[in-house]
Amino acid sequence: MIERALTERTTNEQAATGIAIPGRKFPVGSKGHLASGWLGMLTLIATEATLFAYLLFSYFYLASHALGAWPPSGAPHLRIAVPGTLILIAGSVVMWWGERGIKRGKPGQLMIGLAAALVLGIAFLAMQGFEWSGEPFKLHTNVYSSLYFTITGFHMLHVIVGLLMLAVLLLWTAFGYFSADRHSAASIGVMYWHFVTIVWLAVFFTFYITPRLG
Amino acid sequence: MAVIETDRAPIIARATDDSPSSATLRQSWEGRPGVGGWLATVDHKEIGKRYVVTAFIFLIIGGLEALVMRAQLARPNQTLLTPEQYSQLFTMHGITMIFLYALPVLSGFSNYLWPLLLGSRDMAFPRLNALSYWVFLFAGIFLYSSFVVGKGPDDGWFNYVPYASLAYNPGPNIDVYALGMVLLGISTTVGSMNFIVTLAHTRAPGMSINRVPILVWGTLTASVGNLFAVPAVSLAFFMLWMDRQVGTHFFDSTAGGQPLLWQHLFWMFGHPWVYAIVLPAMGIVSDALPTFCRRPLVGYTAVALATVTTMVLGFGVWVHHMFASGLPILSLSFFGAASMVIVIPSAVAVFAWIATIWTGRPVFTAAFLYFAGFVLLFVIGGVSGFMTAAVPLDWQLTRTYFVVAHLHYVIIGINVFPVVGGVYYWFPKVTGRLMNEALGKWSFWVMFSGFNVAFFPMHILGLLGMPRRIYTYASGLGWGTTNLIVTIGAFVFATGILLFFINIFLSLKRGQPASANPWDAASLEWSTSSPPPAYNFAVIPIVASRYPLWEDRLDEGPERSSVGAGMLLDRGRETIGTTLLDAEPDVILKMPGDSYAPLLLALAMTAAFVALLLHSRWGFGIAAVVTVLTSIGWLWPERSLMQIETGHD
Repeated sequence: MIERALTERTTNEQAATGIAIPGRKFPVGSKGHLASGWLGMLTLIATEATLFAYLLFSYFYLASHALGAWPPSGAPHLRIAVPGTLILIAGSVVMWWGERGIKRGKPGQLMIGLAAALVLGIAFLAMQGFEWSGEPFKLHTNVYSSLYFTITGFHMLHVIVGLLMLAVLLLWTAFGYFSADRHSAASIGVMYWHFVTIVWLAVFFTFYITPRLG
Repeated sequence: MAVIETDRAPIIARATDDSPSSATLRQSWEGRPGVGGWLATVDHKEIGKRYVVTAFIFLIIGGLEALVMRAQLARPNQTLLTPEQYSQLFTMHGITMIFLYALPVLSGFSNYLWPLLLGSRDMAFPRLNALSYWVFLFAGIFLYSSFVVGKGPDDGWFNYVPYASLAYNPGPNIDVYALGMVLLGISTTVGSMNFIVTLAHTRAPGMSINRVPILVWGTLTASVGNLFAVPAVSLAFFMLWMDRQVGTHFFDSTAGGQPLLWQHLFWMFGHPWVYAIVLPAMGIVSDALPTFCRRPLVGYTAVALATVTTMVLGFGVWVHHMFASGLPILSLSFFGAASMVIVIPSAVAVFAWIATIWTGRPVFTAAFLYFAGFVLLFVIGGVSGFMTAAVPLDWQLTRTYFVVAHLHYVIIGINVFPVVGGVYYWFPKVTGRLMNEALGKWSFWVMFSGFNVAFFPMHILGLLGMPRRIYTYASGLGWGTTNLIVTIGAFVFATGILLFFINIFLSLKRGQPASANPWDAASLEWSTSSPPPAYNFAVIPIVASRYPLWEDRLDEGPERSSVGAGMLLDRGRETIGTTLLDAEPDVILKMPGDSYAPLLLALAMTAAFVALLLHSRWGFGIAAVVTVLTSIGWLWPERSLMQIETGHD
């Protein structure tokens, strides 16, 4: 379409002063999934997901070479991990609902979603911290404990980064920055938060479920 | 108060650098003068040049290290270096050449060239581009920080445990290497993200995916590879640092850890990385060689697919670095076979280059000589690689000079020769001056002969059983004469490189002024002036074929690209966003201005790594807080970028 308009117009005199292509407007700036940041976040998630894949590869590699029982102290209990998992999933659901709000021009709904996800995320962190303090082993006890604290620690770090994003987004929404037409930053942050949830499912499955499968 | 519309139909016009619109563009795109402007710039051309210059400085440092080692090995039983000094030298030589020269120099080429090749005004993320450069620079300095006080990394660039474990290497040597590599990984990763999004989103209208230059395919493939490979090595080095400083046991066999896990993680990264440092260089040849053969590249589609295939296969061959580590024979057979399969895409590319020369009318410029020389060296390096892909032969040859010969044929042959040829080719575009051709041909023949005299005899040394990484050898083993020849070749090769640098300095001052398209080449970067203006193109070109500037003579169809007329986009820093496959315009992208945030963020992250090295909790805490605050400031939504709706104010 552009080519046609151009070849039509550049042959005549109007081209010297410049003309707009009739009827073809494009959004200006960061709009929804057309923002470069959206694609940028997809690449970040790809490389971060790969990082977790290598972490879990290390877990399974070392588990497969273990001489004694694996995990040495028995499968970790589910009392805290299962509710924690449900809380993270709930956080993703409310975030999805909040994002849906801003797409329809309701910043209030986005703010409720962000605030609820923040509270749920902090609750998850607190439960993880509680679980950590109750473990019978320390980081340096053996290779399993090294893996356990490192991998869940990497995930907690991602939760913390995600919470920082949610907090900043909450502030920006309160400032009235986002509207139905412009809310790329919120969508990008929400996508990261979903990633943090999904990666937890892989970590949870690895540490809490696979020892119960054998 | 100019209100920015949320939607706009771009003005289509005919414009040159002298048009009034270009004065507006110049005002929007040119950075501030002075030191402040220099530190804050996000211009991809400026960043690209810095990448290339910095990488060349590391090339010189790594080259000098190699010459000192060759002086030590010239005769048996020499005592120029102690064993420890020799260990640090060969380790830093490897780290420097592989991590601080080979990829960064290609990132420099691509940073400079991509927006020009793609008909755009900048990379998708200009500030991220600046960040990747600064972090690269600081990581390079970090990696050298302990070497200058005599405590550099000393377990080889692949740094096997348990040599690199705390018990056997208690100094700061390995901690510097481990933390420095994690820091450098950040630079590589954000750079790769930037290339991928730039390709996906900022090509000129009409430049569909099957019309992008092969260099773009090469760098894109390398970037996707890096995205999936770099986490492995960053993680491995981080785990090693934790084992050494925090008390974990990942690689500690006394507590259930596995030293071989290091080798797996390192080579899962390492082999794709080999392709990351050669595929863009092969792209340089695929784009520049046809210019001097006066015809399009033979087999564009096959070469593009071969590029991608090489990387995909490259993720499945890492165990061929571990044939001698006692893995099950079935696994070795599989990885040996996979390694041999890589010959196929490599051969596709080689035959395409040969056919391009064969069926073209070659113009024997200095650049052409480098590209043709590269093809020969690639074949030799490829054949010796094929030999070591055979498991029994590898058992005989691994850890000997045969492998040293192979990897230098591959890395110097496929990286350095195309890079130097690429400098001869694009120098007039970057500086507005041509390089001296006569000196260029001299530098080629000195480099080429020196290279082969230095590295070909290493194959023989390897077959005679000389192990790599030994600081000296006894007389009477029959290695003395060959080593002397190798050392002479190394100094001749270095002389050739020196001639090349002399040529750069002379040509910068006195080179013949270059026109916009001195080689009569086909791609978009040659349609703008030499050197290009800050805004790259007075209008965004519209692309109708793979060779926009050769369409009239190729006459492959009625469609013609438009380089003089197109979208003006002169309201501040703007470029057009297009769709992934067909490059149909879909958004007007507002680009950020110059900023100190990238430099500040790079400094804060580097400070965090220094604090980790020094075990300073306070230092790390402060650096982490500055990192977070700078990131928030960087990402703060801006009205001028239309990240916030303008409203009606």
